Amino acid sequence: MALSDVVTLGQYIPGNSLLHRLDPRTKFLAAITLTILLFFVTKLTGYIFFLVLFLAVVTASGIPLRFLLRGLRPILFLILFTFIVQALFSQEGNVILQWGFLVIRDAGLWKAFFMSFRLTLLVLVTTLLTLVTSPIDLTDGLDRLFSFLHVLRIPVHEIAMMMTIALRFIPTLLDETDTIVKAQISRGAPLDRGNIFRRLRGFVAVLIPLFVSAFRRADELAQAMESRCYRGGEGRTRMRAMVLHWTDLWTALVALALGLVTLAFNWLAVP
Amino acid sequence: MRIEAEHLTYIYGPGLPWEKRALDDVSLRIEEGEFVGLVGETGSGKSTLVQLLNGILRPTSGRVLLDGVDLTDRRKPIWKARLQVGLVFQFPESQLFAETVAEDIAFGPRNLGLSQQEVSKRVEESLLKVGLEPALFRQRSPFTLSGGEKRLVAIAGILAMWPRVLIVDEVTAGLDPRGKRDILTRIKLLHRNERATVIMISHDMDEIVSLVERVVVLKSGRICRQGQTTEVFSDEESLAGCGIRLPTIPQILSSLVKAGWRLPVSIFDVREAARLIAQEYHHGTV
Ligand SMILES: Nc1ncnc2c1ncn2[C@@H]1O[C@H](COP(=O)(O)OP(=O)(O)OP(=O)(O)O)[C@@H](O)[C@H]1O
Ligand SMILES: [Mg+2]
Repeated sequence: MALSDVVTLGQYIPGNSLLHRLDPRTKFLAAITLTILLFFVTKLTGYIFFLVLFLAVVTASGIPLRFLLRGLRPILFLILFTFIVQALFSQEGNVILQWGFLVIRDAGLWKAFFMSFRLTLLVLVTTLLTLVTSPIDLTDGLDRLFSFLHVLRIPVHEIAMMMTIALRFIPTLLDETDTIVKAQISRGAPLDRGNIFRRLRGFVAVLIPLFVSAFRRADELAQAMESRCYRGGEGRTRMRAMVLHWTDLWTALVALALGLVTLAFNWLAVP
Repeated sequence: MRIEAEHLTYIYGPGLPWEKRALDDVSLRIEEGEFVGLVGETGSGKSTLVQLLNGILRPTSGRVLLDGVDLTDRRKPIWKARLQVGLVFQFPESQLFAETVAEDIAFGPRNLGLSQQEVSKRVEESLLKVGLEPALFRQRSPFTLSGGEKRLVAIAGILAMWPRVLIVDEVTAGLDPRGKRDILTRIKLLHRNERATVIMISHDMDEIVSLVERVVVLKSGRICRQGQTTEVFSDEESLAGCGIRLPTIPQILSSLVKAGWRLPVSIFDVREAARLIAQEYHHGTV
């Protein structure tokens, strides 16, 4: 399997859904709202409503759920770790299982569940945002959204540009790693066999060519940008002006309303 | 070494939005000592096919047999069998990593677990095989070499493993005419002197007809045509249907034939073609 099948972050899937067409600023703010909301929700009903809401958004985006879920694979370990730590070390609630010094309490179990749920959705929301927004739109949006920070002498445009470039090159570098790994395995590199030390030694043969090519690419990109007179954000105009449409307003209002409804559900009793 | 591919299908990213059936039911048989050309338009699945033949990719369905040993059998440790098929990737210079040329070429033989003595012997020998003077190149850093030299070093790195089949994927792409000629001459000699089985992928039909005995033409992941070089390149129409153009000389001959000349089309040698044209010009019907 190719590496780019595993890591979905930074991969944009072109499409024409409502989500694709929204202004990146709206999408960014909506994603932030969802994230904040996630931290206010504390009850089961709230979580259920949140999940339903999120699934509806995913459906509207036209991105296959299976594909979105792949984005979780790299952090599966982290989620499991959170769950176990929460479940084992919580001091609240009644004991439901005891085995030596390991104690599992009912409140702890709930908490563990909710924490992993939060973490999972946090990643899913962010992944979805990058899947439906082209990197250029995303950073343009961030650039505009935070341009007020310029007053504080924060180089917003430059940071946004660095983010675009980093995001843009994740898939490229993954593909490249893939090719180099294959080439070195074809030379018998012990990458897929033998003990961990042998494998690590084999990785040198992958890392060096990868770095060499990453530096070469960076150099070429810098030259290409300079030869087109790029010199940062100062006085730069845009080819594609960003205009907020009515859909953006509606989306913002609907998002706000749904946020309130989620909170309402959250307070509808049931622990 | 005989290679048999049976009903190979390969799908990239199954179930993903960009799912791609790169190969579709390809069956192929390559005998010991053959020199086979693999051609086809961009994206037709050539690189995918050769990666299946050396076992670096596992087919979605189908089998690859090397002298009857099943490469796709998951139960057997097949890495050694697989290394008998030496694959020189597209732009192989991007896999060079060691501090010296000798160290880089030694990477493969070391991974085979050979003794230090045997490894150095093979390094020298492979440098000579690709036509690089060991005394001049052994201690150089691979990153200071020219493009063509880098590629030769990468090929030497594969040869040092003594593969029984050599596969080269667009090995002359992006080189100057002299670099191209050097590499092709070396491959030809390898085939002739060592009786190596060679599979060559190329977009340059002139290169193909000057070297290979048999061609396999891929189109959209399927075999479109295959057969003896002279035979395949004598039928312009069906070749065009596979997205392939005739080599230069047959193209010229074919234009002349269309203009009323009576000439054979499948001639690949310049002198031979010139002789026939002159003959037709002096004594022919034109
Ligand atoms: N890692 C990958 N993920 C998804 N699709 C891929 C991947 N590698 C190749 N493909 C697709 O599979 C098809 C066959 O690719 P392949 O590299 O085998 O073609 P090729 O005949 O070698 O082309 P070229 O002459 O351009 O090298 C192409 O359509 C390509 O887009
Ligand atoms: Mg290719």
